[in-house]
Amino acid sequence: MRNANIRSLFVGILLLLGLGSISYAFEIEEQKRYSGANAQQSLSILSTADIAVFEPIILAFQRANPTININYVTSGSTEVMKAIYKEQAQFDLVISSAMDLQTKLANDGFALDYSSEATNALPDWARWRNQVFGFTQEPAVMVISEASFEGLEVPRTRQELIETLRENPERFSGRVGTYDVRTSGLGYLFATQDSRNTESFWRLTEVMGRLDAQLYCCSGGMISDVASGKLALAYNVLGSYAASQIEGRDGLRIVPLDDFVGVMMRTAIIPVGANNPDAAGRFIDFLVRLGQHPELSESTGLPSIVDQPLPAGTVMRPIRLGPGLLVFLDQLRRETFVRSWASSIEQ
Amino acid sequence: MIRFLVTSSIRRRLVFQLSIMAALLSIVFFVAVRSVAEQAAADTQDNILAASATSIADALYSERGQVRVELPYSALSMLGTISEDRVFYRIVADGETVTGYDDLAVPKADQGQRAALFVTEQYRGEEVRVVSIARAVSNGVRAADVRIVIAQTRRGLAQISSQITTNAMAVAIGFFLMATALSLLAAQSAVAPVKKLAESVTRRGPKDLRPVISKTPGELVPLVDALNNFMMRLRASLTRSEEFIAEAAHRVRTPLATVRTQAEVVHRQMEKPENRKALREMIRAVDESSRSAGQLLDHAMVTFRTDQLEQDEINLATLADETCDRLQPTAELKDIEIVRTFSKEPATIFGDRILMQNAVRNILDNAIKYSPAESVITVRVENSSDQAVLSVIDQGRGFGDADLGKLTSRFSRGSNVDDIVGSGLGLTIADEVMQAHGGQLHIEPNKEGVGACVMLIFDRSL
Ligand SMILES: Nc1ncnc2c1ncn2[C@@H]1O[C@H](COP(=O)(O)OP(=O)(O)OP(=O)(O)O)[C@@H](O)[C@H]1O
Ligand SMILES: [Mg+2]
Repeated sequence: MRNANIRSLFVGILLLLGLGSISYAFEIEEQKRYSGANAQQSLSILSTADIAVFEPIILAFQRANPTININYVTSGSTEVMKAIYKEQAQFDLVISSAMDLQTKLANDGFALDYSSEATNALPDWARWRNQVFGFTQEPAVMVISEASFEGLEVPRTRQELIETLRENPERFSGRVGTYDVRTSGLGYLFATQDSRNTESFWRLTEVMGRLDAQLYCCSGGMISDVASGKLALAYNVLGSYAASQIEGRDGLRIVPLDDFVGVMMRTAIIPVGANNPDAAGRFIDFLVRLGQHPELSESTGLPSIVDQPLPAGTVMRPIRLGPGLLVFLDQLRRETFVRSWASSIEQ
Repeated sequence: MIRFLVTSSIRRRLVFQLSIMAALLSIVFFVAVRSVAEQAAADTQDNILAASATSIADALYSERGQVRVELPYSALSMLGTISEDRVFYRIVADGETVTGYDDLAVPKADQGQRAALFVTEQYRGEEVRVVSIARAVSNGVRAADVRIVIAQTRRGLAQISSQITTNAMAVAIGFFLMATALSLLAAQSAVAPVKKLAESVTRRGPKDLRPVISKTPGELVPLVDALNNFMMRLRASLTRSEEFIAEAAHRVRTPLATVRTQAEVVHRQMEKPENRKALREMIRAVDESSRSAGQLLDHAMVTFRTDQLEQDEINLATLADETCDRLQPTAELKDIEIVRTFSKEPATIFGDRILMQNAVRNILDNAIKYSPAESVITVRVENSSDQAVLSVIDQGRGFGDADLGKLTSRFSRGSNVDDIVGSGLGLTIADEVMQAHGGQLHIEPNKEGVGACVMLIFDRSL
């Protein structure tokens, strides 16, 4: 798999540079150290957000807090969960796009309480137990290559998508991409929420399976494959990533499906056993105030939390923090879901 | 405390007792509200836990001899609706964990009990409320005994309870303050009649022994009755002693007159100067005694009449005129001229004519008595919008260095009286008459040269 190669390449480079001084039992993707101007303390962050995406935020934080060295490690959301839940890896802050896993960490007692003026200013729905703090709102969208849809109406709803795919099997066969819910925590979250929100989810999965859908671990890979023309469409891609990657490329289009758009929050928690919870708290304050740095939202493509009631009749379906998220993490439930999904997608 | 209760004012006692009662009520209210509300909050949590467990129970099924469950989304999400509490669950079939948290203890339930069972226990370092329900799930061969256990931490409950505590406390304190304020008012109004009664008694003049007739609440009637009864007896005894004095004075006066006449006769017949001197002294003593008796009689009469004061319309000028006429002969004996200057418009007052005559006579008598022969006495009546004044001004010896305040007390005479006969009651009588009329007796040295100035002043504003 493509990303596995990139990952091992990165690890190799890091090892060569002598930066990967700490070895972790779980699989890491990237790691980078940011030395503060006059550092006295350090903050280690475990995150699912790529360095390329998150770097502007880290640098801006460090400019405001030059005394803090930052060790930024990225991994997939399932690995992040494993690191904290099973291996008690030593990190001060965990940032993940998998809200359900973050919620489970907090629910099962792996998160520290934190509250500050900044977190108290967050809307209620963007924090849970003063342990899980949302700092972005990112929609799940569909990305299409316009060329592949030439002569076709671009589908606006899942129902239309199903029909379009069914009617044009030759055009879309092997050219539909989506998350592999078995390996991607975020993919699993989106898929389970979809299954809750719409009847057509299973039919769509079935149709995609019949078209020999390509499965991905991450949004990035899907989008670049759509860009290269390998895929005609990618379903359930993070809108924020898509927007920043599409910029400057012709022939790509983001299509939010009008029946509903799932919206996920990127969240941060301070794990128990954090060495420097104070610095982690400061980082959280910085994150939840992302709205005060529009240039950062701009450069990262991460939309900040907006404390605004959703307009009536909106198609936005924000995923709510809370114990409901634990349901799809139940072993049995997950087993059943993944089994049905796999049998639909692999035909 | 007991002492405090006995000696402190009724008002303070009432306020104190009512406040204690309000405080007790507030505490009872606080405890009651808190326990009811906390029970309600705890019941809410129990109900949601039970609903959640039931919805999971309904999602149980068996597949190839295995008990399985498809956890409904709402089963756990409903637990997140009222609080942000941690949620744990475990589903056990015949002692084997089907899914959930392996280490969550299954509460011991009686065999066959199907109703939800609630316990509170420690789990993962926090207090949790646990619900457990039992279901039988048939796997084709036999029925498996399935237990659904759901636990939720009680942070939200603690929050609700602290909020309820704060609110109940605020309301209780508010209630207490209001009740205390009201009890202050109540106490005030309860003692108001007592205060009113006390004031009406205090306001009375020293001689006013009439019964209290103002309306008083039932509780005070015995007190008022007792007071009236007491005053009646006091009045009776006063009257009796005044009558006695008058009677005594009268009885003394008559024989004294006889003694005096006899002594004069004897005096004229005496030749030896030392005998004549002795007799003159005797006559003087008799005069003095007779004067005392007369003044005592008058004084008793004043006391008696002030009790039931007549309200005649009296023209001060007329009164002064009459008195001057009466004493003219006495004045003429000493060649004293009485000058009368009366204001044009009549100075009218209301009062007891006989008493007023007595007062004026006494001060004019003093003026004649203490003036040298061939002097002038001015009797003046002035009338203004706020005062009516009758003054008697003489050119006599004046008061000297006598204490002017003391001259009005009984039997008090100045040091300059020489051998002038007197009892020391004249100014006392005038003063008491003036007080009974709400006026005042004013004594001062004559501003225009030697002599005295005695004034009867009536304030119209009263
Ligand atoms: N016009 C006056 N001039 C000087 N002294 C006076 C005058 N009037 C009163 N006094 C003084 O005031 C005293 C008290 O007067 P008051 O009339 O009470 O008693 P009295 O004249 O001595 O006796 P009586 O009772 O017989 O009148 C007098 O003894 C006298 O010393
Ligand atoms: Mg006199």
